[in-house]
Amino acid sequence: MSLDKQDVEKIAHLARLAIDEKDIPNYAQNLSNILELVEQMDAVNTDDVSPMAHPTDAMQRLREDEVTETNQREQFQTVAPQVEDGLYLVPKVIE
Amino acid sequence: MWETVIGLEIHTQLATKSKIFSGASTAYGAEPNTQACAVDLGLPGVLPVLNQQAVLMAVKFGLAIDAEVAPISVFARKNYFYPDLPKGYQISQFELPIVGKGTLTIELEDGSSKVVGVTRAHLEEDAGKSLHEDFHGMTGVDLNRAGTPLLEIVSEPDMRSAKEAVAYMRKMHSLVRYLGISDGNMQEGSFRCDANVSVRPKGQEEFGTRTELKNINSFRFVERAIDFEVERQIDLIEGGGKVTQETRLYDPNKHETRSMRSKEEAMDYRYFPDPDLLPVEVTAETKENIRRTLPELPDAKKARFMESFALNAEDAGILTTSRDMADYFEQVIKATDDIKLSANWIMGDLSGFLNKEGKEINESPVTAEMLAGMINRIKDNTISGKIAKEVFEAMWNGEGDADAIIKSKGLKQITDTGAIEAIVDEIIAANPGQVEQLKAGKDKLMGFFVGQVMKQTQGKANPGQVNQLLKQKLEL
Repeated sequence: MSLDKQDVEKIAHLARLAIDEKDIPNYAQNLSNILELVEQMDAVNTDDVSPMAHPTDAMQRLREDEVTETNQREQFQTVAPQVEDGLYLVPKVIE
Repeated sequence: MWETVIGLEIHTQLATKSKIFSGASTAYGAEPNTQACAVDLGLPGVLPVLNQQAVLMAVKFGLAIDAEVAPISVFARKNYFYPDLPKGYQISQFELPIVGKGTLTIELEDGSSKVVGVTRAHLEEDAGKSLHEDFHGMTGVDLNRAGTPLLEIVSEPDMRSAKEAVAYMRKMHSLVRYLGISDGNMQEGSFRCDANVSVRPKGQEEFGTRTELKNINSFRFVERAIDFEVERQIDLIEGGGKVTQETRLYDPNKHETRSMRSKEEAMDYRYFPDPDLLPVEVTAETKENIRRTLPELPDAKKARFMESFALNAEDAGILTTSRDMADYFEQVIKATDDIKLSANWIMGDLSGFLNKEGKEINESPVTAEMLAGMINRIKDNTISGKIAKEVFEAMWNGEGDADAIIKSKGLKQITDTGAIEAIVDEIIAANPGQVEQLKAGKDKLMGFFVGQVMKQTQGKANPGQVNQLLKQKLEL
């Protein structure tokens, strides 16, 4: 399966990535190569293999339900571009 | 002509102390961003660690709706961009949710019941909150809610009217509170609902195109929003138009739904298993342990109330809406033997006072023991039902228990026949005209005489006794 220009543009948009027009053919080629690799793997017979959700054969460890975090708002907000009244400010997202 | 098809997605916040993947507090109402830690903010290098309690609560829910609880479930990333979702993805479950197919039985208005299918329920994290006003053209983001555990409960498209949808939502609300897995506080957003609504000509197999109504946070609005949307869709189709698959927002002020965004692009969530989290295992032993902690559920309790206390379905249904109310009722009837009177006082005056002050039954200033004490005084004729209302209000206002109030306010019924007789004679003598008319057959006047005597005695006479005395004296 090979990806065309529109596919690349759509993927980039969904990921909110700004890409250069001139790089698109290159991206299309690289991404297509990945899909081709997957297609090759598809040819392997996996009838006896159960699907894995994770490469390590282990189960999730669970945490006790306890509050362990303290308020570090000031520290976190030193790296925010804009804050007000304790809120992070972002460009308006609703008309 | 048209048939409505409704499926609901209910998001209920789980009542854990800390978040689903971090140790930050989930307490409601804190200063903005003071409960949003590095994990909740999605800062680089952090790892989510799953909260055990959230998993156990989901299992409890699954067992309560007779669903299959998955021995292995998997977390996935749901990718989309919005400022209240700092990571750019929401950790949710997709292919392997923790709770599979189950059922919930709802009661309909005509007294029949209906089984509604639950497709699945999965664990996920809540997003933060965006505040769109007052920030000079910018949006303010509070991430305290980000990472709060949610159980998303998805129903089958089994409901056929807005009323059924409300009945389902109410039943689910009651269930999660019975189980103690959510406080169900709708004002604080702990229990919210999206409705998928479509219409089709009666008799048609396939579903019509559906719209999704977002974030409906009250029982009243869910009914109104669906009713409006059904009418809009029918008008649209009958006018030759087509329903577009889209997300719509209900505006309770204008009583209308309006388009939020077309779902075509937004649908592309590109789910994939979250590599930060391993599969979650729920062993048979864990399930058994939780099964043993399941409380008596609403349906079982209702059936028991009908059976043991001879209550009708409606009363038993109301009294078992919440576990607290059912417990209160059972405490009252432990201390008094008039079950029907107890039920009426709880569903009537007590519920009225609670609603008026926006209190929950476990915050009632009138305890179950106090109410039972008062009911006993009605039973032994110390006070009439009418005077009891005055006693109840005084108890509500903290003036003591029934006995103390009856004593301090002098509300004890006059049972001394002689005293009442004297008053009855007086009233008869003072109203010769009415006596004539009553004797001539104007039976309605009996009420007038009883009323006069009650007025004289400030309500402290026993109405039954007054009636009897009047009849005797007037030779009726």
